This record gives sequence, structure tokens and C-alpha cells, in this order.
Amino acid sequence: MSSRIVNWFKFSSPATFYPLAGRMIPWFTAAAVILLGVGLYMSFFVAPTDYKQGEGYRIIFVHVGTAWMSMFIYVVMAAWAGLGLVFNTRVSAMMATALAPTGAMFTFVALWTGALWGKPMWGTWWVWDARLTSELILLFLYLGFIALQSAIDEPRRADRAGAILALVGVVNIPIIYYSVQWWNTLHQGATVSVSQGSSMGTVMLWTMLIMTLGFWAYAIAVVLARVRCIILERERDTTWVNELEGGVR
Amino acid sequence: MSAAEFFAMGGYGFYVWGSFGVTLLLMVVEPMLLKGRRRAIQKRIARMARAKVGER
Repeated sequence: MSSRIVNWFKFSSPATFYPLAGRMIPWFTAAAVILLGVGLYMSFFVAPTDYKQGEGYRIIFVHVGTAWMSMFIYVVMAAWAGLGLVFNTRVSAMMATALAPTGAMFTFVALWTGALWGKPMWGTWWVWDARLTSELILLFLYLGFIALQSAIDEPRRADRAGAILALVGVVNIPIIYYSVQWWNTLHQGATVSVSQGSSMGTVMLWTMLIMTLGFWAYAIAVVLARVRCIILERERDTTWVNELEGGVR
Repeated sequence: MSAAEFFAMGGYGFYVWGSFGVTLLLMVVEPMLLKGRRRAIQKRIARMARAKVGER
């Protein structure tokens, strides 16, 4: 048991995590390309036309997956930030920092595709209903986290300040998720829910899941690439970085 | 189904391609920005290493 704990902490050192992350990137990149390729093909050529929304509903295949990612990445980010706060492990805090821009990107895409879907179906780009507003707050939480961290020069202090913001912001996640039940929203209820399963056709559901897995693989690959940059930037004065990237032995 | 019909998306072309297009664009731009960031820090580290060798 104790040896397992030691093993986990081994990877909390930037010097051991850096090459590990580097080895994982090609696999997740390949998975992302294949899954998104298959997902896109199914989105346009396999999934049938919707009887109510015609071809317009196909936006669902990017909208739902990216909206899930926007919430999921936030939870993962807060978890890493919390771990960094408790155990004072550098890699955990760096992971949180690396996750924020990708999370913000997915949040923006969820809002963007939502607007482009809302216009033809609801007749408006935007409404201040609970689901849309809480998702917009999520975007501001990501941007606030990034801004706060970049405003503090000392990295360790930036990590701690960011972690507290991230942890407080977690309260917004269940609000987004349950907003369509708690309030009367223009946004429709959950298409796929933990308790009730799915209310959509099998092919559509599979397409959505494959796209989501593709986004997942993409996010992992990109975040690992970013955490490697952050490690190099922060550890640039150490011997191991100099031996690895300095080009001078 | 013709190509023109496909791109028209039953009249929803602007909305469908606007959604998929922007998503794809961002998913291409983000890795490119990271490549640039990586190159910048690698250059900086190499420069510092050379400076150190020069000191000796």
C-alpha cells in the first residue's frame, strides 16, 4: 500500500512527469484524430435527418460534447488545483493552469454553437435563462482564473490564489447541470441523463458519444502539451531541463 | 444528394457550418499556438545554456 503511494508522488515531480506526458501525447492525438474523423463522418453521412429540426439539429454533435467538456474540464481543473493546495505538489498546480485555456475554449464553443442553434430554432441568439447564463459564468470563471494567475508574478502564490478561485467556482457546475430542472428555461432538458438514460435515437446517441470521446482525447493531448510548456518555463533554471533541452551536455 | 444540397443543409447551412467550422478552427489554432509557445521556451533555454557555456 505504501509503495503505491510513493509511486504516485513520483509523478508529482516535474522531472518525471515531463517525459511521461511527452510519451502520452501521440496516443491521445491519434485517438482524437480517429474519433473525430469517424464522429464527423457519422454526423453528416450516417445520422438521419431529424423529423422536427431537419438538418439544423446536426449542431448537437458539437454542442453537447463541448458543453460536457466545458463542465468536466472545470471539475478536473478544480480537483488538480485542490490537490496542489493540499499536498503542495507542483505538477498538480501546473495541470490546473494547463487545463484552464482548453476549458475556456470548450465553453466558448458550447456558447457559440448554442447561439447558432438557438437562432433558427428559438428565433434568438441569446436569452438570459438559467442554463445559458450559468454557462456564461463558467466562461468568466475560466477567464478569471487565467487572469488572476497571470497577474501574480510569483508562481507558487499564483497557484494558491488560482486554486481558491477554482474551488469556489465549482459551485457553479451543479447549477449549470441542474438548471434545466430547477428553473423554467428556454433551453431543453437533458437529452442524455444519468438517471433516465437517453431520449434520442441510437445512431444519434453513438455519434454524440464518439464526438465527445474525440473532444476528450483532444483535450488530454493539448493539456499535456501545455503542461510540458509550463514545466519548461517554470523549471528553466534547473539542471534537468538544461540537460534535456539546453542542447549542451 | 448533390454537393450543393449537402452544403445547403436544408437551409441551415450558415448555422451548421458556422458551428462545425469555428469549432474545427479553434481546435487547429490551439495546438499551433502551443507549438509556438514550446519553440519559444526551447529557444530561450538553449540561449541560456549557451550563455552559461560562454561564462566558463
